[in-house]
Parts: sequence; C-alpha cells; structure tokens
Amino acid sequence: MKTMDDFAEEVGDTSFVSVRGGGTRWDLGGSLMQGTSEVVAPKGVINFKPEEMIVQVGAGTKLNTLQNELNDLKQEVALAGFSDSTVGGSLAVGSSSHRRARIGAASDVLLQAECVGADGQQFVAGGPTVKNVTGYDLCRLLVSSLGTLALMGVVTLRTRPKPEVGVWLKGEILFEEILRCCYRPASVLKDASRIFLLIEGYEKDVEKECASLEKLGMSVMETAPIIPPMIKGRLGENSNDDLLDLQTGAVYSNTSQGEIEVSEGVKLLSERIKNNFDPTGRLNPGRRPY
Amino acid sequence: MRKRQRKVRDPLLKALIKALSEDRVTDGASARRIYSKDGSVMEGGRAGIICFPEDTSEVAKCISIANEFDREFVTRGAGTGLAGGSVPCNDPIMIVTTRMNKIIDVDLKKRIAWVQPGVVNLDLSTFLKGTGLHFAPDPSSQQACTIGGNVANNSGGPHCLAYGVTNTHVAALEVVLPDASIVQLGSVDGEAAGYDLRGVFVGGEGTLGVATRIAVRLTEDPPEIATLLLDFSKMTDAAETVSQIIANGVLPAALELMDRNVIAAVEPFAKAGYPMDAEAVLIAEVDGLPEGVSQEVNIISEIGMKNGAREVRVAANEEERERIWKGRKSAFGAIAKIQPDYYLHDTVIPRGRLAEVIEKVYEIAKRHDLVVMNVFHAGDGNLHPLLVFDSRIPGTLEKVQLAGEEIVKISLEAGGVLSGEHGIGLEKQRFMSQQFSERDLEAQDALRRSFDPENRSNPHKVLPTGSSCGEMSSLNEIPEGIWI
Repeated sequence: MKTMDDFAEEVGDTSFVSVRGGGTRWDLGGSLMQGTSEVVAPKGVINFKPEEMIVQVGAGTKLNTLQNELNDLKQEVALAGFSDSTVGGSLAVGSSSHRRARIGAASDVLLQAECVGADGQQFVAGGPTVKNVTGYDLCRLLVSSLGTLALMGVVTLRTRPKPEVGVWLKGEILFEEILRCCYRPASVLKDASRIFLLIEGYEKDVEKECASLEKLGMSVMETAPIIPPMIKGRLGENSNDDLLDLQTGAVYSNTSQGEIEVSEGVKLLSERIKNNFDPTGRLNPGRRPY
Repeated sequence: MRKRQRKVRDPLLKALIKALSEDRVTDGASARRIYSKDGSVMEGGRAGIICFPEDTSEVAKCISIANEFDREFVTRGAGTGLAGGSVPCNDPIMIVTTRMNKIIDVDLKKRIAWVQPGVVNLDLSTFLKGTGLHFAPDPSSQQACTIGGNVANNSGGPHCLAYGVTNTHVAALEVVLPDASIVQLGSVDGEAAGYDLRGVFVGGEGTLGVATRIAVRLTEDPPEIATLLLDFSKMTDAAETVSQIIANGVLPAALELMDRNVIAAVEPFAKAGYPMDAEAVLIAEVDGLPEGVSQEVNIISEIGMKNGAREVRVAANEEERERIWKGRKSAFGAIAKIQPDYYLHDTVIPRGRLAEVIEKVYEIAKRHDLVVMNVFHAGDGNLHPLLVFDSRIPGTLEKVQLAGEEIVKISLEAGGVLSGEHGIGLEKQRFMSQQFSERDLEAQDALRRSFDPENRSNPHKVLPTGSSCGEMSSLNEIPEGIWI
C-alpha cells in the first residue's frame, strides 16, 4: 500500500495538483484547470476496530469495499456514494446518506485525517477517538471542501452498528401521520405525489411499525427506490423526480446543482480560508465548493 | 460620585454605554473580579469593561467598538467552563451573553429551535416538555450552562454517546465575526453548500466570533427508556464490560462509570442505591422502541454478568431511574466535601484501553500520595480523573501538577486526545504540542486567522502562544453550578 510519504512526494509542493477518487461527482464545483496533474490517495482498509467503532482507511479505497468489510461485523459508515465512489471522494463532496436523519451526516464521520498541505508537508487534523474537542476541528473543514484546502491520504472514520432490518414503504400519507406511527424513521422522502419511507431497527419493532403504516395505506416495497445524489444549497430548478427529505430538508436530484449562491460574508470568509490554506491555489485549481 | 464621573470620561466606556445603555455596561471592581474567573482552576485573569448586550446588533456594536479602540474581546456565557476558555487576559471587553436568553422560535414540524446564546441548556428542554422533543446535548452542568457556551465548547454529556455532541445538533448559526460583520453559517433546510463553516465554528471556544442566534435540531423523546446499574468488585471488569458492549454492536444512550471513591462520596448524600462495597458501578441506559430496548438490556446484562458484575439492577420506575442519575450528576458536588481543592482532566482514550489506563491513573496518584476519583463517560472513553487535595499543605500543588501531566502523557500514549468535552482554553494549551506537531498547529492557526486575522476574539486561548496570562491555582471551593 502507498504510504503517506509516497503520497506526499506525489503531491509535491509546486505544481497544480488534483486528487482523483472514483470521479463519480466530478461535475461538482467547477472544471479542473487543464494541465493539472492527478494523484491518487492510498488505498486499503488499514485498521478496523469494531470495539472502538472506528476504522482507519486509505482515502482512495472504494466506499463499497469499506462498507462490505464493515458489514461482516454488522457495522457501517454514514457516507453515501456510487459504486465507484471512494472514501476520500465521498468525504470531499460531503456526501451524506439519505438515512442521515437516523445515522448522522457525512460531516460527523471523519475523526482524523492525515493530509498533505499545499506546501507539500504532511499534517494531521482531528484525533483518533470518537469524542474529541482538542483544538480546532479541521476535519469538519475538510469534509465538503472538494480537496481545495489539503489532500486527505489516510482517514479515521466513525463507524456505527448496522440496524437488524430495514424496510421501505411507499404511499400517499401525511408526514405527521408517519411521525405518529414511527420512532426516528431512517428516511422520509417525498416526490411530487408519494412518500417513500425507510424504517429501521430490531425486527419485531419494525414489524409493528409496518403494520401501523399499512393500516394507513402505505405498502411495503420489495426493492428500495432509486435515490439520486444529495444536492447542497439551492437547486437551479426542481424536477418531478426530485426527492425532498422531510426530516432534514435535504434535496436529492439528478438535476445539476448549478451556481451556488452564498452570502457575501460567507464568500469572503471562504476565500480567506482558501488563501490561508493554499496561498498559490495549487490544490484542485479551478474547483471551489462555494 | 467622583469615581462615576471618572469612568464615564473613559472614551471606551462612554462608547459602549452609548451603544448599549448605562445599566448594561460596567467597569466596577467587583464585577471585574467576578468576570475574571470561570469554573476552571485558572487564576490571574483580568476583565476589562463588561457589557451585557441583548441582541445581534448590540454584539456587533460592542465588537465594532473593540476594533475602533484596538481592544480584544472575550465572550462569556454562564462561566461554567472548566478549561479557562472565558478567563480574560489583558483587560479585554467582556461580552456577556446572559441577557440574550430568549427562545426565539420553535418549529415543531422542522424540529428546529432558534435560540439566543444565553438560553440555559436545560431551560430549552423544559420549555419543550410535552412536545415529544428535546435538545439532546446534556452536559452535567446543564442546569447552569448556556447553549452559546455549549456551541463554543462543542459540549457533550452522558447522552451524547448515542446522540452525538453539540455539533451534531446545531443546524445554523448567526455569527458576529471579529470584524463586526454578521453572517449566517449553515442552514436549517438541507445541507449548506461550501465549506462547513458552521461545523468549524462550533467548538471554536469563542475565538472565531460570537454566535448570537443558534438554530438547534430537536430530538424525538424515546418511547421507552431502561436504566441499568451494574456493580463490580474490580474496576477492570467494569471497563472490560464497556468495551464488550460496544464491540457487540450496542450503542447505548449512556454508559457512565464511577469508582469506589466516588461511590463513597456520593451514596450517603444522593441515596442512589450504589453498593458501598463496590469497586465500580456502571450506569447503562438504552432507549428506543420496546423490543430493541428489551434486547439491549439483555445483551448488556449478559455481558456484565460474564465480566463479573455482582448485580445488574434495572430501574423499576422513573423515580428509581432519577435516583440513579441524581447520584451521577451530583458526583462533583459530593467530591467537593472530601478535600477543599481539585484538579480535573478530560482526556479521551480508546475504549478498549480503559481498564489499563485507569489502573495507571491509580498508580500515578498513589506514587504522588494523592487521592484520585474517577467518574467518567466510559462509553466514549472520556476520562475525568479528578485529583482532590488540600493546597494548604506545602508542596501539594506541585505534586498535583506533576500527576496531571503524567495522566495526560499516558492518555496520549494510549492513542488518546487531550480533551473530550471541556476544551483547551488556557489550561490545556501547554499540552497541545504533545498531541500535535508544529505543522498540525499551523493548519489550525490558518483556520483561526481566517476568522480573526487580527487575533482579537478571545486571544491567548487554544493554540500555544508561548505566554499565558493565567496560572493554574487552587480553588477554595467548587463554584456553584459546576458539574462534570
């Protein structure tokens, strides 16, 4: 496996450089400047500690590979992606699962990141424990940064127990009625006419909730609905296929994100952050998350 | 009378009074003395003029005046912090948020409450009683600490094991930045685009600006709760039980451990039913739907018995549950009666190394001839070794400092971190270089400089500066409203 030293050497300290994951969300944040060299982060699961509910993994590891390994011990990480998505890519995009209301957001997943900064030097953000308020939480900044502040090589992630069962239901029902029948549903997604509901937990509890919901006209789905990626900020236009998460307000859509609007104050602050972390703009040039 | 006239002639005081009102700005000696300290052991702070703004625009005015007069400012909530985060250095303007205590809006459908930073943590959940929702972070000081303080410290609490610390429960913030501009960070609708500025602001210990309105996510009350009390004749068995519970895929709402010294201090006072001859008691709480709760109670009980628990008691009713928790939450107050002074650490270690590290903590205390009491959030490996002592005995304070440094060292050697929920403030700055390299700290400083290029907002905190305005001292008594 590629070491952090190898990765840092590839990143170097002068040329324009981009880290490439699975390329599944390459459309986000603008086009990469032509002529930028590409590097790939270390790959592989380094250390899975189920009793700590943490896993250390190369950021270039495929998310599916990681989830499969965790699944063997009935754990998972609260990251979403496509079949080719990498762990680092999912973190860089800040790709939360549609089950976010129950399992948490992508920004809660990253505990520690071994990075290469714009100066080519390695640094560590965060710490390897599940609870930590030591210093500034740079992990929060790295998630959703599209690799514009530092390049993550090895990451330590929070895992969580997988639910015993999960059942999708669909129907035309009021959100309030769902909340009366269910405790902490994993997902309540609404399209133009229907609600798709995911309930998770211990088998007998889920059976009881299903029975209550079926009485209200919902039906159990044999397969999960196809859920497009989460779109952050505001959508350019809404389509009928968009899904709105009624619990978190998140939107899932195949529609392109379009121009992101942020306030002038947030823009100025974001630019100061970018300049302080990457004064020459060599990391993922041409891309920006805001 | 002459004194009053002299104060008003001070242009800074005059400007602040004009911005707020005469009754909400003071530089009186007694007020400055009070606001020079917080709940920590840090002494030597010096508060400047103290302001009590009531809304965002007044906070912005205070900061604008600080900039105009080239002064630093420090924000303070209830002052329950345990790391000196709000202890002022160099006479800064103190922005005290206790009058910003309004619950602005509660949207039960979206499960979001907008609050001002001075709202007391427990007051929000009390306000929400009957709605089926609550605010999940529950630091043990929740009867006194403010939500603004929780945001500054990214506070935890016993029930953060399953529900997450404050950061998880903050959707958006209105913030006055150190240049006095006002921004909204985060979003109550979906996820905000761009850098996660909300996420990094939480836990910034007041060094990145002042949160003036906070949108918190509300959590559904669980339909069923079971509280278990397990007692052990060996601390190592209790610690091993904690590791195995997590390894078995059970993430309880809370997992709290107390050792024999704490039990001896607490039980006569709280009558919680802790066996006085136990070496350790473990409080485990699970919540959720009935079947899940029942299964998890069985798993925890079996693991406990397998690891030598002498008894596993499940609280039969709400009264018994409250009694068990009363013991845990009053632990710090009870400890205060044993010795006049204390020194507390807040390190986090991997859960799997709890037994070994706790043993080492006892060895350190024994070697320095000190009493150590352990009451901590075992589920997430967050230790609170509490050294209790009498500083009037010559040489004791030095021994306590040495023991504290050794506890930090063994925690870091075990793969841990300096602070789980109290923050770095002034008190733990000197240890930062033990956990982070110079380059790691440079990266953290890059974030800080982005928010506060002139280093005006609560300076001298978090990152090592080479100089410190405060010194660790002893307290004659544990301040009111302080718990761990």
